[in-house]
Amino acid sequence: MTGPRKQIVLGAYLGGVNHHTVWSDPAAGSQIAFSSFKHVARTAERGKFDFFFLAEGLVLRERLGRIFDQDVIGRPDTLTVLAALADVTDHLGLVATLNSTFNEPFELARQLASLDHLSGGRAGWNIVTSSDAFTGANFRRGGFLRREDRYVRAQEFLAIARRLWNSWADDDVVADQQSGRFLRRPDAGAFAFAGQQFEVSGRFSVPRSPQGQPVILQAGVSPEGRDFAAGGGPDAIFSPYWTLAEAQPFYRDIQQRAAAHGRPPGSVKILPSGAFVLGDTEADAIERHHEITREQISGRGAQILLETVWNRDLSGYDPDGPLPDVDPEPEAPLVIQGRARLHQNVFETVARWRAIAEENDYSLRQLAIHEFGHAEFVGTPTQIADRLDSFVQNDGSDGFILGSHLTPGGLDEFVDRVVPLLQERGSLRAEYEGTTLRDNLGLPAPASPATRAAG
Amino acid sequence: MTALHLAVALDGAGWHPAAWRSPAARPRDLFAATYWKSLVAEAERGRLDFVTFNDSLTLQSADHFAPDQRTDQVRGRLDATLIAARVAPASDRIGLVPVATATHTEPFHVSKAIATLDYVSTGRAGVQIRSGGLAGEPALFGRREFPALSAEALQSPQIQQLITERFDETADFIEVIRRLWDSWEDDAEIRDAATGRFIDRDKLHYIDFKGRWFSVRGPSITPRPPQGQPLVTVLGHGLVPYRLAARQADVLFVTPQDAAHGRQILDEVRGETDATGRGEQLLVFADLLVFLDADAGAAAARKARLDEWDGAELFSDAQIFTGTPVALADRIQELGELGFDGVRLRPGVLPADLTVLVESVVPELGRRGLFQPRYDRPTLRDRLGFARPASRYLLANGSAR
Repeated sequence: MTGPRKQIVLGAYLGGVNHHTVWSDPAAGSQIAFSSFKHVARTAERGKFDFFFLAEGLVLRERLGRIFDQDVIGRPDTLTVLAALADVTDHLGLVATLNSTFNEPFELARQLASLDHLSGGRAGWNIVTSSDAFTGANFRRGGFLRREDRYVRAQEFLAIARRLWNSWADDDVVADQQSGRFLRRPDAGAFAFAGQQFEVSGRFSVPRSPQGQPVILQAGVSPEGRDFAAGGGPDAIFSPYWTLAEAQPFYRDIQQRAAAHGRPPGSVKILPSGAFVLGDTEADAIERHHEITREQISGRGAQILLETVWNRDLSGYDPDGPLPDVDPEPEAPLVIQGRARLHQNVFETVARWRAIAEENDYSLRQLAIHEFGHAEFVGTPTQIADRLDSFVQNDGSDGFILGSHLTPGGLDEFVDRVVPLLQERGSLRAEYEGTTLRDNLGLPAPASPATRAAG
Repeated sequence: MTALHLAVALDGAGWHPAAWRSPAARPRDLFAATYWKSLVAEAERGRLDFVTFNDSLTLQSADHFAPDQRTDQVRGRLDATLIAARVAPASDRIGLVPVATATHTEPFHVSKAIATLDYVSTGRAGVQIRSGGLAGEPALFGRREFPALSAEALQSPQIQQLITERFDETADFIEVIRRLWDSWEDDAEIRDAATGRFIDRDKLHYIDFKGRWFSVRGPSITPRPPQGQPLVTVLGHGLVPYRLAARQADVLFVTPQDAAHGRQILDEVRGETDATGRGEQLLVFADLLVFLDADAGAAAARKARLDEWDGAELFSDAQIFTGTPVALADRIQELGELGFDGVRLRPGVLPADLTVLVESVVPELGRRGLFQPRYDRPTLRDRLGFARPASRYLLANGSAR
């Protein structure tokens, strides 16, 4: 390898609302108190992470028509927590997952620009879409949007948000007490947009924020998603790939698409998200990982995880017995509502699982642990530092979004034990270089509209 | 007379449109967190019950019915709920009450945002719900159409009907956010390792609200907030909003112009609360816009100077007061004697008038026994004398069990 070492981008999330969080651990704290969020964010900042990442909840999941009670449920409002975290951190980016289906562009763009002001330029937005009527039952606009329509909506949504953020130039607020001029021009913030799904106009009410535009993140590995991502889309993409064999081609593809859109090298960051388990020795880490997965996936939990694929009630099958001997029912009403469908072809998935179970003599629960229970990084601090670093230096990604099975203290040992090793190698900053999320990520500031108009 | 409650309404550089030009103003800081933190710290120094953060979806305008083209007044405003959340960890006791607009927003989002504000402030959250403004708002969202408005059109029966309907929609909106706050019973989280259940789902409730404008199924995604029900407030200038407040609010802000008007307002509000039986559960605050100075002439001159800068005499829905802290205490005492439960002061210039308020008016009211800070009570509801309510669904369950 030649040239300077790539700097590893790190995001931290507070685990919750799934089977990953071991809430029964005596050290597990509140999933809702602000103190938990504050602890994780401050720990991440102590570890010189780039950002804190917060997912969003819009509906409680259900199983067979009843609220699902096995996992952590209950979440705070994303933007509100991030605004409060801005008070207890100085450098950490604050990234919110926010849905483009059940929000309105004017309102969301205004909130994100406000967060950017209130955090001194640390706001980020992970734009996601949703389509199901189940979630829609909580919202005015209601339910179902066809898959293709929700991407149209998402693209128009982002286009409007960017138009709003660009409706004020950097220098539109003059605030000159002597001359009495507050605004540089009478029409600051004026905007209009007419598309397939939106027709909006008026004046945006938030002056240009410190970053010009909040940082945009996005998931999506379909060809359309990739092209959107590389072109006019996000500053960072979540990657699902954890092996170099899969990750490198994706990385190269995105960088090539970005270059074809005229974006400079490094302007789209690629970030897989995952969990880690540390041990003093490798054997230690593996043993601890086994203990954690046994906690994460009980017999009951295993039945439920498999129900997401079978889409049938599997409570009658012995968790310590063989896999269910029935076919999945993908067309039936959903057994579990509100959880993303993870598998496109469930018949293929079930066939593959049966083969794995047969080969390893796995019970139902062992199969569930095998499929759903893995942490992406298991090992000693040195092993994990090696693996993170080599994955990034070999262009598998630009960094990672990391969570722990334990809220809120789980990130501490990563920061105490792995971060110093990454810093020793020169792959992670020893101090923050700037104050904004764009500074952290090494992204250029977007041009001010006034600058463009003048040029 | 019993002691009054005291609140301060924050908005930009102050409530005078030319306030930002005052040497005491900090117009370059209006969009910075430090500015809002310092204002809230100042109000907390005076041990006020709460502050409100003004907001609207539309850009400020001197014309109530359309965006204007002025460049000499403050334009631009941050989202009030996020300002409140931003200052929450930096404050300790004061209540934080942002304005949220109902008509165009989602009650589900507003409910969880205010519940979360209650979490991040550990029980000091409220909200001032405003119905949609009249002009410019529908186009920002592109979903609804309203007829063009003017001062004359406002009096037409058709527009009056629309306004009444909008307040009915706002009442539904508040009903939904309140039901969502109640949709988790307080002890729903059980962490029962033996059965693997994180929550007791019998303690979570679908709200199943179906109304004319929207329906919401629930439950909330956010567990019941520390206060159970954060404080709900509204500002009203007539019977229609008084009716809304009587049905749904904990605090109503009104704008009496003089003693006779104040009596009339209180009579009208009482008429509405008599109909709902919520008389004890609604506190009525009088709003006053204030310019304060140790010397009465200086306060008036300061306001006159601002009027001159603005090119017009200050217009406000609230009564405008210029004078000394002692004279303001007299005015507040009169309002208390009329039967108001509290006063919300709108500083003409920030932070100048807030500072005089804290340093001179609050002590004067204290000497007269008109204001007794209750910072020993940690939650906003406690401080205002409201009990922490049980979830309505718990009551429903209780009778069923």
